[in-house]
Parts: sequence; structure tokens; C-alpha cells
Amino acid sequence: MTAAGQQATGNRHQAPLVEYLLRLGDDRLVLGHRNSEWCGHGPVLEEDIATANIALDLLGQATNFLRLAGRIEGQGRDEDALAYWRDENRFTNLQMLELPRGDFGFTILRQFLFDAWSYHHLQALSGSTHADLAALAAKAHKESRYHLRHSSEWVLRLGDGTDESHRRMQAALDELWPWSGELAWQDDVDAELREQAIAPDLESLRAPWEAMVRDVLGRATLTIPNGPMRMTGGRKGRHTEHLGHMLAEMQIVARSHPGAKW
Amino acid sequence: MSNDWPLWEVFTQPPGGAPHEHAGSLHAPDAEIALQNARDVYTRRGEAVSIWVVPSAAITASSPEEAGPFFDPGNDKPYRHPQFYKVPRGMK
Amino acid sequence: MEAEFEARIERGETIEPKDWMPERYRKQLIRMMSQHAHSEVVGMLPEGNWITRAPSLRRKISLLAKVQDEAGHGLYIYCGTETLGTGRDELIDQLLAGTAKYSSIFNYPTLTWADMGAIGWLVDGAAIVNQTMLAKASYGPYARAMIRICKEENFHKRQGYEIMATLAAGTPAQRAMAQDALDRWWWPSLMMFGPSDKESPNSAELLRWRVKQKGNDELRQRFVNLTVPQAHAIGLTMPDPVLTQDAASGDWISGPIDWAEFHQVITGNGPCNKERLAARNKAHDEGAWVREAAAAHAAKHRKQSAA
Repeated sequence: MTAAGQQATGNRHQAPLVEYLLRLGDDRLVLGHRNSEWCGHGPVLEEDIATANIALDLLGQATNFLRLAGRIEGQGRDEDALAYWRDENRFTNLQMLELPRGDFGFTILRQFLFDAWSYHHLQALSGSTHADLAALAAKAHKESRYHLRHSSEWVLRLGDGTDESHRRMQAALDELWPWSGELAWQDDVDAELREQAIAPDLESLRAPWEAMVRDVLGRATLTIPNGPMRMTGGRKGRHTEHLGHMLAEMQIVARSHPGAKW
Repeated sequence: MSNDWPLWEVFTQPPGGAPHEHAGSLHAPDAEIALQNARDVYTRRGEAVSIWVVPSAAITASSPEEAGPFFDPGNDKPYRHPQFYKVPRGMK
Repeated sequence: MEAEFEARIERGETIEPKDWMPERYRKQLIRMMSQHAHSEVVGMLPEGNWITRAPSLRRKISLLAKVQDEAGHGLYIYCGTETLGTGRDELIDQLLAGTAKYSSIFNYPTLTWADMGAIGWLVDGAAIVNQTMLAKASYGPYARAMIRICKEENFHKRQGYEIMATLAAGTPAQRAMAQDALDRWWWPSLMMFGPSDKESPNSAELLRWRVKQKGNDELRQRFVNLTVPQAHAIGLTMPDPVLTQDAASGDWISGPIDWAEFHQVITGNGPCNKERLAARNKAHDEGAWVREAAAAHAAKHRKQSAA
């Protein structure tokens, strides 16, 4: 293949890869941000530290994924340009992750549903043919395993704790479950990358995710609700009203001083 | 909190084969949470390869009043130290 | 027993939890340590206020890590205080009821991003001066907690100073933000060292028992001497019109401190006292169900494994 031919092939796969990395980064930026809101307001000092730890890991992962996205995109956007200067309709995170943090039970349950997904997703991505992505995924997977241990143990304790904690967790599950349908949502971006063995078939992760989740929720004496899944759209920039408010707060200082260094 | 979230003592082992050392304490409702919290509180800066958590109530400690009889006699038994013994010149 | 205790102190020995100690020594330590722990925990709030608005990912992560450290510091010291016979519950109740004191500095509001720089540089800077001394305190658990804290504290001050330096070298708006933050945080930082030794009721006893090794004024002067050149190095102006350097000693001599303001703040009438306590009470109340659930789960499973 000629150099020009190689260049053309490389470029053809860049746009979906950039998009995919944005999704990975945005998920963790948004969830990390929501978790960070707990700092100083947690139920006990030890858990403030634990929740901050998870937020820090997620923000670190977001930094890595967004930085790689910007590098591959090649238009001079770094992780901060992507985090602070995109509008709501350019964010590609799952809607479930932008929901307000709710009570501690809601936060833990949302974290658990995401951790169980991440565990399988990042494990699969660790085998990506794209070396940089595989490396980031492997590192994130290690952290994700610890997060999963934390969130699942707390789901058990809160689900199978007191009557009040059980009631709150069931309410959280009733609210969160319909958002979980978006986890395995795929489009042509995923299809393109599957072709190159850069990314896995998300549909293949759904069953193991569900088995893991049902096991923990069952032991936590929680009941998975019936009913329709929420409309998707996060990956395409269609979000809930919550994201706008979240980004307004997150981006305000950066946006108030265009061109400034921090 | 004191009753329901008892106090645990945390021991961490640094990399390189040294023994576990007392790092501090924390409150937790059970062993699993104690272990996780110990990891988050006491090993954030990569200080450990192993963690032990022990309910504080499970620790039996020597008491300071008994320190004399308990520890002192050890000081006047030089036969337990290598310097007490002479070996021929040149031998290690 | 008193004489032997005083002799031990004299010899520079470390006092441990099960050692005999005068009741007054125990009380002073509980007061001092619990106030310190409360300060760390309340101190999470003014900085926590800006985590969600930190203007870059690196700053967001650093700030979150710093506030996380502060939670840890509070935890170390609460656990240290418990060795003296008071449970954490009791200490927290005192804080929430407003009967316990904590460092006055945390009753000030954080109004701009630059406050994050000012706090790290000045407040943590002042804390380091204090804590380095406390690492040699006569009470073992306190000294050990302080050693741990000192190791972690250094990054806090560097982070703050780096923020200030970046702002001072930035756009005119950023420079103004930094100067404004210094203007607001300088005097409260000086007040962190407490009243002049002449006015401080506890100082003498704490010095005699080697809980403190230096007086308030000496520590305050050390802090001023360290900090003034740092402000000059990044082009900021000290908000003290009469600040001058003494030619003989090299000491930077400050103008008069407004002790009336200090008194207002420590007696509960500072800008944020009510808000800080309200936030801590809210977190505690809203978290009760979580603490209870974890305890209930543990009890259930103890029964099960015993059966």
C-alpha cells in the first residue's frame, strides 16, 4: 500500500475512534464530577474518603481518554478544551450518569450499575488492537475492579440493612433501572471499530453484566422493576435537562476567562 | 457510631519484605468495609502491599505499670547478644 | 505520680495512651486534638465549594485530592483523640451542637477560584508551621498523627502557591483575582496562630507539658517571614500598609491585627459559622440511615455466622 493509501485508511478510522474515546471520557468525567459533589457531605468520614477516591480515579480516566481523543483528532484540542469548551449537545455520556446524585443509596446504586458494566467493557477493551486504547483500558479496568468491590458491598449493606435503607435502595433501583438500557446502545461508530477489532460488540457484554447485577441485587433483597427502558440519546448528544445545569457549574470559571491558563 | 461502627487498628506492610507496621485506626461496621477503608485512608500514596485490620477490642496489650518486670530483665542478659562471644581472630 | 510525670516530660519521653497522666493534661489534649480534628473536617467545606467549578481537570483532581487528605487528617486526629477515652460520636456531637471550637479561618467564605490558591498557600502554610512543631508533641498518638499529616501537607501548600503564581502571571483579570484573594485571606491567616501569648490562657500549660514547643507569636513571626518573600516573588502586594522589614533581625514586622474581628469569628459570629455548622449537621443527619444500615447488616451477619 502506498503512503498516501495508508494515510487515507488511517484517517477513515480516526473519526469513529475519536468519537468512541469521547464516550469513554465523557462517561467518566460526568460520573466523576457527580461523585465529587459528595466531598465534605458524606455520611461518615471514611466514606467521604472512599467516594473521593472513586471520583479521582474516574476523573483521571476521563483525562486520559479525552487527551487521547484530542490527540488523535489532531485539531489541537486537549482534555481541558474538550471538557470545558463543548456544549451539552456535544457531550456523549450516558444519561444515567448525569442524573443528580440523590441520596447516598442512589449514588451507590448508580455507581454499581456503571462499575459492573465498566468491568466487562474495559476488560474487553484491554484486548483492543489499538495499543494506546488497550493500555488505558487495562489501567482503568484495575481501578474499576476496586470500585466494583466497593459499590457492590455497599449495595448489599444498604439493600439488606434496615427497613429504611431497603426502601431507599428499592426506590433508587426503580428509578435507575430504566436508564440502564443505554449501557449497551451501539451505532455505526461501534460497528466501524468492531470491524477493526478496536472495540467489542457491546451486545455481547449485556448478558454477563446482567448476570452480575442480578446476583448482587438479589442478595441485596432488591427487586428489579418491570417496565420500559428510557429513551436513549446520550451518545448522540441528546441529554436530560440535568446536564446543562451540571456543565454550567463545571465550566463557568474556565469559560469566564477565554484563553487563560490555570 | 462507637457501638455500631467499632474501632479497628490498621497494619500495613510496605513493599520490600519488611514487617507489617501499625498505621493508625478507623471506624467501620465490619471487616470488609474496614479493609477497604484502610486501603483508602492509609495507602493512597502507594505505601503498602498488604493490609491487616483488627478490631481494637481484640488486641491484648502489655500495660505500662508492668513494663518494669515485663521488659527490664532482658537488659542484663548479655549472653543473648553476639558481642558476648569471642571467636579466634580472623573468623567471622 | 505527678512528679514522675513531670520528670518524664522533662526527659523528653513520649506519653502513651495507657500511661498515667494528670487529668488536666488529658483534658487539654482532648480539647486541643478534637479542635484540630474538627478544623480539618470543617475545612473541607470552604475548599469543597470550588471542586465542581475548578477550571481545569488537573486543578479539579488536585483540589479533590487535597480535600480528601483533609478528611483523612480529621480521621487520624479523631482516632488519636479516642485513645484518651472519648468516642468519636461524642466529639462529633459537640461540634454539631456548636459547643466545640475549630479553627477560625474556616468561617470565612471562598468567593473566587483564587481563594483556592490563597488557602493552600496561606492557610496550609500556616498549618505547616504549627504542625511541624506538633510532630514533636509529648503525647504519642498526637505526634504520630502529626508526622503523617506533615508528610501529606507539603503538596497542599505547593498546590496553592502554584495556583497563585499562575494567576499572578496570567491575564489582568486573573491577577486581580489573585490579589483580591490575598487581601481577604492574609489577616485571617495571621489570626490562625491564636492570640498573643500574653492573652492566651492555655499557652503556658501546653508549653510546660511539651504539647506545644513554641509560643503563638514566635510561630506567627516564622510564618510571616516565610510568606512575605513568596508574595513578592510572584508580584503580589501584601495588604499591610505598615509592613516593614527590621534591618537587624530580618523579621517582617506586621501592622496591628484586628482582634475584635477574631473574637467575633471564634464566638460564632463570623461570616460562615452558621453555614459551616448547618452543612455538617445536614451531612450527619442525612447520613444516619446509611450508618444504621451498615451496622444492622453487620449485626444480621454476625448472628448468621454464629448460628
